[in-house]
Amino acid sequence: MLTIQPLRWGKPYNSLDTFDVIHFDTGEAIAKIGQVTGGMVQLDMRKADQARKALRKFSCEDLIQKCQKAAQLFEHEPLSVGDGIQTVSDFIHQQSASTGLPEHMCQSNMKKNCFVLSNMAKILDCLTRGLPLDVYTRGYGEENRGVTVSYQCQAPVLGAVLPNNSPGVHTLWLPAVPLQVGLVLKPGSQEPWTPYRMISAFIAAGIPAEAFCLYPGGHDVGSTIMSKCERSMIFGSAQTVQQYSGNPRVQAHGPGFSKILIGDDIVDRWEDYLDMMVESVASNSGRGCINCSGIWASRHTKKIAEAIAAKIGPMEALPPQDPNAQLAAFTNKQMATGTWSMIQQDLAESGVTDMTASYGPRLVEKERCAYLRPMVLHADSPSRGVASKEYMFPFVSVVECPQKDMIKSIGQTLIGTALTADPSWIDDLTNAVNIDRLNIGAIATNRLNWLQPHEGNLTEFLFRNRAYQFAG
Amino acid sequence: MTATSPAWLANPTDVSEAKKKLDQHTFETVQWHFHESTGSPFWLGKKAELGFDPLKEIKTFDDLKKFPMFEDEWLRGGPVERWIPKGLAGKPTYVFETGGTTGIPKSRVVIDDFRIDYELFSHTLPDQYFPKGANWLMLGPSGPRRLRLAVEHLCQYRGGICFCIDLDPRWVIKLIKKGWMEHLEEYKKHCIDQAITILTANHNIKCMFATPKLLESLAMGLAEKGTTLRECGITGIFSGGTEFTPQWTRFCVEELLEGLPEQSGVYMTPTYGNTLMGLACSRPITDEDNYTIAYYAPEPRAVVEIVDFKDSNKIVPYGQTGRVKLYTMTKEFFVPGFLERDEGERELPYSKYPWDGVSGVRPYHGFASSTTVGVY
Repeated sequence: MLTIQPLRWGKPYNSLDTFDVIHFDTGEAIAKIGQVTGGMVQLDMRKADQARKALRKFSCEDLIQKCQKAAQLFEHEPLSVGDGIQTVSDFIHQQSASTGLPEHMCQSNMKKNCFVLSNMAKILDCLTRGLPLDVYTRGYGEENRGVTVSYQCQAPVLGAVLPNNSPGVHTLWLPAVPLQVGLVLKPGSQEPWTPYRMISAFIAAGIPAEAFCLYPGGHDVGSTIMSKCERSMIFGSAQTVQQYSGNPRVQAHGPGFSKILIGDDIVDRWEDYLDMMVESVASNSGRGCINCSGIWASRHTKKIAEAIAAKIGPMEALPPQDPNAQLAAFTNKQMATGTWSMIQQDLAESGVTDMTASYGPRLVEKERCAYLRPMVLHADSPSRGVASKEYMFPFVSVVECPQKDMIKSIGQTLIGTALTADPSWIDDLTNAVNIDRLNIGAIATNRLNWLQPHEGNLTEFLFRNRAYQFAG
Repeated sequence: MTATSPAWLANPTDVSEAKKKLDQHTFETVQWHFHESTGSPFWLGKKAELGFDPLKEIKTFDDLKKFPMFEDEWLRGGPVERWIPKGLAGKPTYVFETGGTTGIPKSRVVIDDFRIDYELFSHTLPDQYFPKGANWLMLGPSGPRRLRLAVEHLCQYRGGICFCIDLDPRWVIKLIKKGWMEHLEEYKKHCIDQAITILTANHNIKCMFATPKLLESLAMGLAEKGTTLRECGITGIFSGGTEFTPQWTRFCVEELLEGLPEQSGVYMTPTYGNTLMGLACSRPITDEDNYTIAYYAPEPRAVVEIVDFKDSNKIVPYGQTGRVKLYTMTKEFFVPGFLERDEGERELPYSKYPWDGVSGVRPYHGFASSTTVGVY
């Protein structure tokens, strides 16, 4: 069995405390992960400046090239992870076994991470809006219009408290490295695989190991990272996001409440967009914040809900190795049964209908895990509680709402896809501050264009734009 | 649990002698607590419920299994005088409390036990690192707790003066239960700031007591000021608490104290204890032993057994896991078997303490989720 130890500024630390990563279905231990404590993190953070110093020995362009090399290694080559060598197929089996994600989805997430790494030059060009990257290295420089600008680095390292069950989120911290900012990561207890493999690929590609810390551990490790890193990101619930709201040191990522809004000019042709809606709801087993949890329209909502239910309602819980598997397991059975209870409460409200009821039982309980098969609920009004819900499986509420009331009723929306050609409504949507990323037209919510600065622009988070003048 | 026949293993003669001493001590203690002229009102009252005569039937330590399990709930509420043995009536008496964040705390009356326990403990401390005459810092719970007075007595017994700070663990637990984590951090900082002020005020402090969490916070606080415990002159640390894991101890020794004593000049001794039992010492910590912390009760005054989770009269084999069962047998207090809130592994007798020990002490898994431990 693989033993993986914490990494403290690139050096493995043989912890005496270990935690077993368990196969979600068999209960078998897949790996032992050494644990650190908050105290160790606190002590290490006193040397955080060394991480940026080590990275600044290379230009951003050099680091971008190394990222491309790391992408290639990550996606195709055996890499050293813990006390073993991990092949690509080992990685996929291990990640699927601990997170419950079907293997082909693990592979897709791997490709997504590699895409971001391989295209780092373009992504940084977009994140920085075309600034020469040495501005970020030196802290100042000249824009192409001949004006001096300054971007001051606010933190030598980026801390990240990573989630347990969403291998797709790792793309968010990757651009820190070519910006010469070190990484201090707390991997999720069930998903240590991506952070460990990625850091191994970075090091194998020639990026200094002393730029990286990997800290598996308990809650105290997460809270120490959050308090001791000048800039950190955390992935959690709506409460987590609320807790860090307005804190400039923390970028909190939680539920997305992503939605598709169908305009009155398009809604009579809703069938043309059915596949896009289904993909938005069900891709990656509906786990992501970029999955659509609400489809809003002024009419035909029952028919839309029925049609989506007909497409996704029959999905079965298949073994993770099955290439047709579309559903991830809830590795914590109680989480599935708890979610199921909450949905029962949603359904108890009048005006809410379960459109997947005729496709068989939704909650599938196994010995050690459980599945929730896709659900489509119809809500006859935005005032129904379910209109603002998001769950960690393919779940969507189709909400009947007049177009004029939609923007003010949808609440916070990470990704809003608006199906409309109505210029006036597009103008309103563009100005809606509750929509973070706006797609106009038939773009599935899960299809992110990585060349667009997105949720929480990392350069704006890690660097401060300030005035900088030279005499004379 | 260490492999068979480790160098530190006690020899069988010493083990056998210790057992004889324990049997004799058990007999004398029971005679004292159940004799009409010397026993406490509590135990004399219980005698009628026992269904056997302890004065006649308890001759050895193993005979204590005839008693029902001691219930710590008996210690809640008054009159507290019922616990004072008649043979000690009229002597100046302390009451020490445990628990009490909500509701009535458990109380134990003490006359001299805390002094005796800590004097015995004093003889286990290496003078090289705990120099006689050195002053001490007590960084642990104060108020109605035995520890504050006990540490002060230990210091005075060794010829020093003890500096103390106030620390109210009941308030700490309330802060955690309320989720007031910012207040918790501020309170911790308030305590640590006081400790740093005392340590850096030229008081010739060389020794200290601290709980693991406070020791870590103090070391961090000093690090932020660019100094260390060693640089502040600390050479001996006596620490206690169930959060003493081998990994934490290793981190503490290697990184907070800058190495094992022979390298850093700072010696840290973990202990395990409570108001009911007293103080169990540990075998010296070594890196070869993977920083295993094994505790040995101060027999014959107190005994620790590791018993089966389902049968509290059945001792588990060496190296196996079980519940910690305590016995206290002093002239002031008698506990004929009490199931602690902890579990651990049964350890072989150690040469200095030729009786069973316990390692890997942690909250009993049956309670773990509902117990707030290691809060200060």
